[in-house]
Amino acid sequence: MSDTQSFRGLRAEREAEWRRLDDLLSTCEKRSPRSLSDEDLLALPVLYRGALSSLSVARETSLDLELVTYLETLCARAYFFLYGVRTTPAARLRQFFTRDWPAAMRGLARETLIALAILVIGTIGGYFLVTSQPEFYNAFVPEELASGRDFNASREALAEGLYSGAGGDGLAVFATVLFTHNSRVAIFCFALGFAFGAPTVLLLLYHGGMLGAFLALYGSHGLTFELGGWLIIHGSTELFAIVLAGAAGLRIGWSVVFPGALPRLAAASRSGRETATAMVGVVLMLLVAGLLEGLGRQLIRDDLVRYAIGMTMLILWCAYYYLPRRNPHG
Amino acid sequence: MAEQAILHRAQSVRMRRRLVTPEGVDLGLTLASAGQRATAFLLDALIMFATLIAMTLIVAFGFMATGLAGAEPLAIIWLLGYFLLRNFYFIILEMGPRAATFGKRASGLRVVARDGGRLTADAVIARNLMREIEVYLPLSFLGMEAAEGGAGAAMTLLGLGWACLFLFFPLFNKDRLRVGDLLAGTWVINTPRQRLTYDLMRADAHSAGYAFTDEQLDAYGIFELQTLEQVLRGGNQDSLDAVATTIRGKLGIGEVESHEAFLTAYYEALRRRLERKLLFGRRRLDKFDR
Repeated sequence: MSDTQSFRGLRAEREAEWRRLDDLLSTCEKRSPRSLSDEDLLALPVLYRGALSSLSVARETSLDLELVTYLETLCARAYFFLYGVRTTPAARLRQFFTRDWPAAMRGLARETLIALAILVIGTIGGYFLVTSQPEFYNAFVPEELASGRDFNASREALAEGLYSGAGGDGLAVFATVLFTHNSRVAIFCFALGFAFGAPTVLLLLYHGGMLGAFLALYGSHGLTFELGGWLIIHGSTELFAIVLAGAAGLRIGWSVVFPGALPRLAAASRSGRETATAMVGVVLMLLVAGLLEGLGRQLIRDDLVRYAIGMTMLILWCAYYYLPRRNPHG
Repeated sequence: MAEQAILHRAQSVRMRRRLVTPEGVDLGLTLASAGQRATAFLLDALIMFATLIAMTLIVAFGFMATGLAGAEPLAIIWLLGYFLLRNFYFIILEMGPRAATFGKRASGLRVVARDGGRLTADAVIARNLMREIEVYLPLSFLGMEAAEGGAGAAMTLLGLGWACLFLFFPLFNKDRLRVGDLLAGTWVINTPRQRLTYDLMRADAHSAGYAFTDEQLDAYGIFELQTLEQVLRGGNQDSLDAVATTIRGKLGIGEVESHEAFLTAYYEALRRRLERKLLFGRRRLDKFDR
């Protein structure tokens, strides 16, 4: 009978330590590790190892289900806490803006060029298709988006559309609608990448085609320069963001098709994690684009100012992403 | 009955995954079942909608109080608020120390990296952005079709098929992975809050009144012992009676004074015997294990 007694001895001997570890972990999870005293903080890893060794002993000697499951969950909690993320949210946020965001975009440079090429091909294709056969216009631009801006419209009506806002009241809603719509398109570009990147390419081509169709329509009335101003004020940010989202999708699709030395699934999940940061950046860019489109474009009517704002934004984004900078870790 | 029990046990073994800590101990994590995941998600969806409705009410009352009017801020809440909430609610909560949303906490779940390493912010972002195409795309798609008054049946079917493909994806792989989990290299495990109550082996031997023979103690194995432990801890009188009657019938013991006292005594004797066997390297899994 001494065997079981010796085990119950272990429980009697160690239970106080397990409960202390339990309490410390609860404090950390509810508030923060900073609320622990130095003494408790130093005790944490020691208590964790003690609990692990108790778990090993209990598994081999005890048939008490409650005890073993208690120790298992306690050890798992302690493990995820001790080996978990160590940064505070504020530090994480600072790191995102100073390092992670531009680094993620730089990491996608090759795919960005490819995505840009696809978008340009789509634009050129859309332009020539619509120029040669205006019927194609309706295929590229859905009716609710066109809202009267088609080949039946007069030059004056089109020109007026470029300079009249959606009405002073609805501007904020308009900006919001644009932002949520564009963000979803961008997230689809990213998320659908795992299907070998094909949906991403199609989305990019389609966006390019739509752009080309608009250019053809306004070009046929000699309004290209004015349309350029109307588009570029937000388009330099928005199209850049969509190209980057497409690049992220292409990276995932590429790693599914050509996984290299890794298993296909592992390759896909690695590129998914690498590009996820870029996607948060893309959504932030689209927020800026939505504001520029919904507010800036409706309030600023001068073509040259529109061009100036659009180009400035483009230069700012490029400088933020691609200017070489000192590596803080040498 | 026995087949059921074996089936149940096989299921719990199937959901266990190895995670060896740097100290060399396997933590033996249990994956969350599809039902738990669905419950957690529904809870989260409820919380998000409650937040949106609360915000709407606050703004509406604010307007009433100040005498202004306009649907604009309400539209912004439902467009922008909903978009930000459904993406960042999950991302921010899962990046915290608990690595779980409120719904997951209530169901006792948390997100961990599949390789056992640190759960990075990138992984959390990736797994939650995929939700946009898994859940919200088919939902909004169906909503749009319905709003437009039954556009093509083929399109609706396509949308439904798409939704089902992603919705039931976790059921078709052994790790219960969502597409987002697959891409982010994460999985969701079960970490219920476990309480350590009392030791059923009390120092003052309850078994004093009972003396069991070796044959009587050989009737059951570890699985039955631990089931008996759960019945005793549960303390439900009906199940105590049912279990005691079954055991008495099997051991050939007549009427007893109190079923609980009898079961406690049998539990102690059985556990003592099985633990001694364990120390000698013999783990008798269940009553079929001879």
